[in-house]
Amino acid sequence: MSETTSIVLVGVGGQGILLATQITARAAIVNGHDVKTNEVHGMAQRGGSVVAQVRYGEHVYSPLVPEGTAQVLASLERIEALRFASYLAPDGLAVVSSQAIIPVTVSSGQAGYPADAEDRLRAAFKRLAYIDAIGAAERLCDSRIANVILLGALSTALSLPPECWAEAIAQCVKPAYREINVRAFKEGKKMVGSARPSTA
Amino acid sequence: MSQRTATRALLSGNEAIARGAWEAGVTVATGYPGTPSTEILEAARAYKKDIYCEWSPNEKVALEVAAGASLAGARVIVTMKHVGLNVAADPLMTLSYIGTVGGLVICVADDPGMHSSQNEQDTRHYARFAKIPILEPSDSQEAMDFLALALELSETHSTPVILRSTTRVSHSSGAVRLGERRAASAGAGFQKNPQRFVPIPLNARPMRVRVEERTAALAEAANNSPANRIEWADRGLGIIAEGIAYQYVKELVPDASVLKIGWVWPFPDELLREFAAGVRRLIVVEELDDILEEHVRSLGIPCEGRKPGPWGARAAVPGIGELSPDRLSEVFGKRPQAHSPATSVNGKDLPARPPVLCPACPHRGMFFALGKFDVVVTGDIGCYALGVFPPLKRIDTILCMGAGVSMAHGMQVAERTRNIDEGKPRKVVGMVGDSTFFHSGITGLLDISYNKGAAVIIVVDNRTTAMTGHQEHPGTGRTLMGEQTISASVEDFGRACGMKNIATVDPYDLKTTTETLQQALDSNEPWLIVSRSPCPLYTKKSVGPARQVNQELCKKCKLCLRLGCPAIEYVDDEIKVNEMLCGGCALCEKVCKDGAFDIAQGACSE
Repeated sequence: MSETTSIVLVGVGGQGILLATQITARAAIVNGHDVKTNEVHGMAQRGGSVVAQVRYGEHVYSPLVPEGTAQVLASLERIEALRFASYLAPDGLAVVSSQAIIPVTVSSGQAGYPADAEDRLRAAFKRLAYIDAIGAAERLCDSRIANVILLGALSTALSLPPECWAEAIAQCVKPAYREINVRAFKEGKKMVGSARPSTA
Repeated sequence: MSQRTATRALLSGNEAIARGAWEAGVTVATGYPGTPSTEILEAARAYKKDIYCEWSPNEKVALEVAAGASLAGARVIVTMKHVGLNVAADPLMTLSYIGTVGGLVICVADDPGMHSSQNEQDTRHYARFAKIPILEPSDSQEAMDFLALALELSETHSTPVILRSTTRVSHSSGAVRLGERRAASAGAGFQKNPQRFVPIPLNARPMRVRVEERTAALAEAANNSPANRIEWADRGLGIIAEGIAYQYVKELVPDASVLKIGWVWPFPDELLREFAAGVRRLIVVEELDDILEEHVRSLGIPCEGRKPGPWGARAAVPGIGELSPDRLSEVFGKRPQAHSPATSVNGKDLPARPPVLCPACPHRGMFFALGKFDVVVTGDIGCYALGVFPPLKRIDTILCMGAGVSMAHGMQVAERTRNIDEGKPRKVVGMVGDSTFFHSGITGLLDISYNKGAAVIIVVDNRTTAMTGHQEHPGTGRTLMGEQTISASVEDFGRACGMKNIATVDPYDLKTTTETLQQALDSNEPWLIVSRSPCPLYTKKSVGPARQVNQELCKKCKLCLRLGCPAIEYVDDEIKVNEMLCGGCALCEKVCKDGAFDIAQGACSE
């Protein structure tokens, strides 16, 4: 299955994972690939864990990514990356936003939020880009754009040309927000610079 | 953009069904929202110039409207989730006898794995039960193609047809080739023909015979349909795969021969026999029930799947829950892919992150107020089902749409007749949402009133069908077509049902809400309490300015944490409001006895 590229995007309902999924899938379509995605709607929008997947290649059968095969695992929340870690291929890139969103199970005293999340991430992933996507988004004036910053970061592990991403963003966001989204994408790309493998 | 990409679009399975309906000349589309089916009708609305679309009050009405349209000659689709077909089962069974004129396709989305459903019933049983064909696409392209095929079948054989999708087909997106719309033709309109359209026993008996003749003709056609095809490859292993399972099989064992089943019932017997004869070892891979496998066995063909075959041990195809390449890998003697070092990650103690009521959700106020009383709460289907989770824990039962009302009555009657020595009878409260009330709560309320019950029914009215993503309903004042219309009143329905005690409360007003509940629970009469405030996610407005915690005043009594609000975070022994999440409902401020919550600095209410 080496010819199929798999991407797993995770986060918390409301963070914009589904838009990031759509942009990624469209970038692959624009580049001429067959594409399949899968998303879970409904209940997951209510602050629950959200996982979405994109696969592209010459011909894609399953929309589901088998465990241990994703080239990229991108997470908008630090412990969600740990929750879905098993999807990543051994040589895959994990892109993780350092944001912590405290689940109600923690606030109501049923569970604890791991204090050592960053250490665990560094121990788990050989290739990790641990980025402050929210901080970068706020510098661009809108914390809601963290999802596109994450996209820019994860794009460094894929072979889709920049113009495909630009076209996909144009297809998915209103004209008034295109420029800020493109800037956010470039910003995310820059943030991974140092974590990028020399073999890419 | 290149020629190659110009006509390809990225569509979800649901969007593809809607697109397929438009291209095939459908002019009427009805349904009731239900995950994972909802987006079909929402996508169809994009073609509202050509397709009349409506959210019906429930699935039974939706199918009956569709039946009327079909008999008048229109091509029509009707959409619902799997359990919705239970509601529409009554018209379905007899529509099978009457048959269709314009093509009629019932698009039913199953939910294997129960991502957002109370059961994982398998819609394929309904096809055999109602004696109508069922098609099952395995991706977006097929969702579009099969919709057109289903309409053709419906018109050729005068039968309603089910297009069965699943969560994974409905909510996966894929590249789809777009085409043009076929001209719509409603023919000459409804043609009177009582022998065909009026199933009084005299007419129904010959209809019954025609149903069997039709089934025989359909079974013949299923063998030659493009929906069913053999892909010969290595004959050592043959796999009969249906729906999404086909995609998993092709991914896992690309070299095996495959009989792809897209038209499940009536079963394509000739094709099944031909394929079985051409392979040495035969596996049936289907999601949920072993309908196909049992049939293959009934033909005298040895196979394996849910049950072992004659070829020795092999992992069974799981019959519970959703299939996946990972779950099927063992069936084909494959190990799951080499796992990443991430499998060694310390993830066992990660806190669960279940879906919760949103920040500023008006239901939270009602749940918190209910927490002050020792009552049983019979719940229903909607966002408020999330009130089952701690810390709210104010839902005790859920059955189906409308049962929140009727079960409350049954439980109250039973409590009333219970032996008093075994403890004081408990009061029963039924909870139902606005859309669910219009769907099937009204008849339950009528029952309570008519049969002199004493349950307290709360309609948590947030002015939208929230759980499925904010669809209109008879109370919202707007149609799916975007037009202004009547706004049906819950209170008026209560009065029409003969309810004498009707109160309307603002659930953010905890004091009045609690007092009203007290008054209702103290009386021995039935009550209807309408808890009304719009869903803030729908209005896209904060209820008020964001709050913050004054740490000097907070005594960490944790009473506010009992609200189960995602915006109130308790970490490192400090209670804080996440201002990004806070919707400004001020319930925290109202429950706090120490005045520790106030308006966040710099917060502004939109």
